[in-house]
Amino acid sequence: MEGNIAQLGQFIGAGLAAIGSGAAAIGVGHVAGNFLAGALRNPSAAGSQTATLFIGIAFAEALGIFSFLVALLLMFAV
Amino acid sequence: MADDAAAQGDGGGLVFHPLDQFEIKALFGGDAIHWYTPTNVTMWMALAVLCVIGLLVLGTSKRSIVPGRTQSVAELAYGFVYKMVEDVTGKDGIRYFPYIFTLFLFILFSNFLGLLPLSFTTTSHIAVTAVLAMAVFLTVTILGFVKNGASFLSLFWVSSAPLALRPILAVIEIISYFVRPVSHSIRLAGNMMAGHAVIKVFAGFAQVLAIAPIAIIAVAAIYGLEVLVSFIQAYVFTILTCVYLKDALHPHH
Repeated sequence: MEGNIAQLGQFIGAGLAAIGSGAAAIGVGHVAGNFLAGALRNPSAAGSQTATLFIGIAFAEALGIFSFLVALLLMFAV
Repeated sequence: MADDAAAQGDGGGLVFHPLDQFEIKALFGGDAIHWYTPTNVTMWMALAVLCVIGLLVLGTSKRSIVPGRTQSVAELAYGFVYKMVEDVTGKDGIRYFPYIFTLFLFILFSNFLGLLPLSFTTTSHIAVTAVLAMAVFLTVTILGFVKNGASFLSLFWVSSAPLALRPILAVIEIISYFVRPVSHSIRLAGNMMAGHAVIKVFAGFAQVLAIAPIAIIAVAAIYGLEVLVSFIQAYVFTILTCVYLKDALHPHH
């Protein structure tokens, strides 16, 4: 076994940061699921709200992408 | 990291590193890269621009009442973005439609060209998307001040909130305003990079005989997903540009 304690911490940190991607997945699913629940109740209003749906997904996803970026930085840049 | 993986060979590790595809190489001559060196990034960006020009020039060259295939695609793209700008930004945002349409088509074609095997995804580099996002950010900020003067700052002063909360909300609003170009650029680059890296990881699994059929099917499935993601990310980038533009034109809550 080679490597040192800093590399160990780097890999553990990258793994922990990757949890954030999963959390963002929950958030995106929540947005889309609630949109669908509302859209099935009132389908005539759904078409005008798809833009809002994508904006909501984008905001939820952005924070997950940040954690993905932190993981990548820990793996390859630090 | 990449050399380690290559050195291990078929000893269990990947033969190629999933992030090797994002390497920037000079097209001609040696390995030295200066700011003026034509690289594969330059080439694929130029190809994206050529595709945009080709689509719109070919689409409008033989104009007919019943549109042909190219004309239909060009008209669909135009109408799609036009409606998006009108819905999100409002009637007075239509003036900025050419900029938003340009952004949309450039990002869309960069993403789609990156899906060709052995090609290079220019939008997977934060350097590329950061320039696009900073351009949007600076345009929108300058436009906000030009159109509204100092009252543009009322964007940060949420007048619908209770008075005691407003200073705290102002701090949050200012932070979220300045994080915009960061999230705007990293969302596109991160999605593109992650998608292509996942395809490469599954392509690496295909060398192992036991899971090769599953891996090959998975590559095909993820490729289909990536086509969808390429379009959605171009859409999200443009629709967020519209939202920022709306904030600049109508800063009052």
